[in-house]
Amino acid sequence: MTAVGSERRTIRVTVNGTLYEREVEARLLLSDFLRHELGLTGTHVGCEHGVCGACTVLLDGEPVRSCLLFAVQVDGHAIETVEGLAPRDGELHRLQRAFWEKHGLQCGYCTPGMLMVLKAFLAEHPDPTEEEIREAISGNLCRCTGYQNIVEAARYAAQLLRSSGRVVEANHADPLLR
Amino acid sequence: MPTRFFGEPIKRAEDPRLLTGHGRYVDDIDLPGQLHVAFLRSPLAHGRIRSIDVTAARAMPGVVAVWTYQDIGPCQRRMPLLIPHPDLTHPYTRYALAKDEVNHVGEPVAMVIAESRYVAEDALEAIVVDWEELPPVVDIERAIQPGAPLVHEELGTNVAAHYVGIVGDPDQAFARAAHVFRERLVIERSAGMPIETRAVLAVWKDDEELLEVWDTTQAPIVIRNALAALFGLAPTQVRVVAPDVGGGFGCKIMVYPEEVLVPYAAMVLRRPVKWTEDRLEHFVGTNHERLQIHEAEIAVDAEGRILGIRDRFLHDAGAYTPYGIIVPIITACQLPGPYKVPNYHVEFQAVYSNTVPVSPYRGAGRPHACFVMERLLDRVADELGLDRAEVRRRNFIQPHEFPYDVGLIFQDGAPTRYDSGNYPGMLDLLLERMDYQRLVQEELPRLRAEGRYVGVGIACYVEGTGIGPYEGATVRVEPTGQIYVATGMPQQGQAHKTVLAQIVAEELQVPLESIQVVEGDTAHFQFGSGTYASRSAVVCGSAVALAARKVREQGLALVAEELEVAPEDLVVEDGRVFVRGAPERGFTWAQVAQLANPLRYAYSGDLVVRPRPWTGPALPPGRQPALEATEYYSPPHATWASGAVGALVEVDVETGQLLFRKLWVVHDCGTMINPLVVEGQVHGGIAQGIGGAFYEKLHYDENGQLLNASFMDFLMPTAMEIPHIKVAHQETPSPLNPLGVKGVGEAGAIPMPAVVASAVEDALRPFGVHITRMPLDPDQLWRMTHPESA
Repeated sequence: MTAVGSERRTIRVTVNGTLYEREVEARLLLSDFLRHELGLTGTHVGCEHGVCGACTVLLDGEPVRSCLLFAVQVDGHAIETVEGLAPRDGELHRLQRAFWEKHGLQCGYCTPGMLMVLKAFLAEHPDPTEEEIREAISGNLCRCTGYQNIVEAARYAAQLLRSSGRVVEANHADPLLR
Repeated sequence: MPTRFFGEPIKRAEDPRLLTGHGRYVDDIDLPGQLHVAFLRSPLAHGRIRSIDVTAARAMPGVVAVWTYQDIGPCQRRMPLLIPHPDLTHPYTRYALAKDEVNHVGEPVAMVIAESRYVAEDALEAIVVDWEELPPVVDIERAIQPGAPLVHEELGTNVAAHYVGIVGDPDQAFARAAHVFRERLVIERSAGMPIETRAVLAVWKDDEELLEVWDTTQAPIVIRNALAALFGLAPTQVRVVAPDVGGGFGCKIMVYPEEVLVPYAAMVLRRPVKWTEDRLEHFVGTNHERLQIHEAEIAVDAEGRILGIRDRFLHDAGAYTPYGIIVPIITACQLPGPYKVPNYHVEFQAVYSNTVPVSPYRGAGRPHACFVMERLLDRVADELGLDRAEVRRRNFIQPHEFPYDVGLIFQDGAPTRYDSGNYPGMLDLLLERMDYQRLVQEELPRLRAEGRYVGVGIACYVEGTGIGPYEGATVRVEPTGQIYVATGMPQQGQAHKTVLAQIVAEELQVPLESIQVVEGDTAHFQFGSGTYASRSAVVCGSAVALAARKVREQGLALVAEELEVAPEDLVVEDGRVFVRGAPERGFTWAQVAQLANPLRYAYSGDLVVRPRPWTGPALPPGRQPALEATEYYSPPHATWASGAVGALVEVDVETGQLLFRKLWVVHDCGTMINPLVVEGQVHGGIAQGIGGAFYEKLHYDENGQLLNASFMDFLMPTAMEIPHIKVAHQETPSPLNPLGVKGVGEAGAIPMPAVVASAVEDALRPFGVHITRMPLDPDQLWRMTHPESA
């Protein structure tokens, strides 16, 4: 018995600027391809039905759920994952820096998806309101943070991105009440 | 001047790795030659297996093994009853794979081990089970009626436990009360639902005779001990690692069938074996919580002072009781909250049903307790025409009354004894933050005059945190200057690596970057129980502090001897130990570690220990070569955190939607190690609490089918539903532990059902609405505001 989709195809995909050519089963999910074929395990899987957003990557610059795509569907396209965010090893992208400074993550599991969604969002909305940020990440579930510091990190990241990273701001100005 | 590390809002050491995609969660680890597991799970809530035919599945290409109960060797024994209790008179645990009967949808029945997960799942479809359906038990109120079908026939009852706790003379109190009010209050079934599901990866290493397991558990030492006992191995032959774990919230502390079956498969098949739960499996295979039905009554005097409370409740245990009756015991003990309840009768029955078993989920019985207590107090306020804040103020335990005994035995076997707190101060601070008088007297009337349905609620709570039995830690100063810190507690996002390093940095005055915290790996630390019950900072943090202080003493003694000064004349600052007033006379911590270790070889060119005349053994009796200490901290009993929340909500009566306009929290977890982390914990708990108040309900039908087992149907709040949360802190240090800290992990989740009920009821006063059930949802609110539609 041959399972549906178990026939193999060769695909060529650019991931974080590197071209990969792999033979894969037609039914292989893009999320599994990234994680277990390419070893890019920063992309996480939370629900495998397209709701939680943890597996979000950029497909030709647009956020997509990698659990809802087959690897063969991105043949000839460019993917960006969380591993491609930082400019180089030992450095952080401003978005990552903002998450660090604002305590925008706890367990870290939803974080890569949040970062990828926000990267695309902030590119189009350099000066978003809190409401716009909340809407932008409303397709990404976080169970740890209550979102408040993620929203704060996104707002701060927007500032950093607008000002080439030269924002000086007290992290915790009023310890009693924020 | 010493540098402050403790109490500072320090950025987390965990983050750069997690932010760049270099976290290491269990499913991220792939080992060469690894096999993959998929489980066949029961489609029935209650049924008997007449036969299972796995022949076709075994014959499929890529399938290595298909196992049923008959094939699992030592795993054939029943899963352990982890926490027995004398009142749990009818405990029942499952088999790792169903032997002949299944008792909930999702119970593991067979296990396919294959070359890929895709193939393993293909093979599940080829397994044929001949089922005999049995009548399911879902409604716990019917389950206790005579003649109800039984979940476990051989027990002869669906009642797993019957508990009675009595303080004072409740009957007498009710007899003399000016007023008695009764409520029937329900809190529905829900679950922790971490974004990372469970996963287990195991490998048997022949050359080392070592079983290595990576597990998403909150308690790796517990798993290590269970596996060693089950397989007849020495504990040192089993290494269990909880690497990065993507949220736990209680449901990852257990010994689940998959946690023994996957390691067993690795031992038998001599290949690495991995299983990663999918989301549907998580809904039906990982423990739930919350469903309780309370019949509560309160007796008060004419001024609204509590004379007594009686509460009888049913607790839904699900199909098995592996975690004992921890959840309802916490409910029973914490129900009085921050209030004086001189006479109290609490009684519960834990009832079996053909549903997923129940074990703690963030809050663990406390949201239920808080909901009942606060609903009763709101009722008293409304009936007596008192302000809701005033009723609470009249009943608070006062700051001078600590330690305060509630009069019951808590979940850890110790007295329910509050160690410290300032509940009136906490409420005053909340009301001040809310600008309560103006809000209630000016703002609400103004908004209501505009035709808006707005309301204010408040709720107060306590949380027994930091329970025993104990945790431990090793702190060692390496001769290279790094500080090694090891504990048995893993984290699921609580920033242990940061806060434990802060504790050590404070004691030794070393930079945070020099401290390496290793946690959740039984190869590094072997004693302890795990991360649960808001206890890491308290119990493990205290052990780390004690070990660091011991190391500091060791260092001071060594330097004092070397420099021939008294230890009291030495100071520790800036990473060095030196003579007060003469900073040049002293050593770095690396050098002190070298002083401790009389090697004849240098680590590098700057050996501080010079050859010296013979005086006897290089290590005199009683001396160790390492600047190192292992200490344990065992609390006398829980330390009691507390808090108060206020909410301004609006109900859109056209859609039934609930809108949070403002949300204020005052939280008291004693001395804070890192306010950034504390606030993060409070935010997260509140978000889950809001989920439990308006969105999240696991919906079983009468056949025991879970109807909303997906993220499309089980609604967890997104960033759109969670409001901005204003947090203020009060700090009443705990007198019980060396740091004065109390736990904060579950705090936010506790008061949300209570405060939402209070605020919604206030908003819908024109409709005479009375909230007695949580969670609410738009449908319920719409019906409440459209009584004509009934």
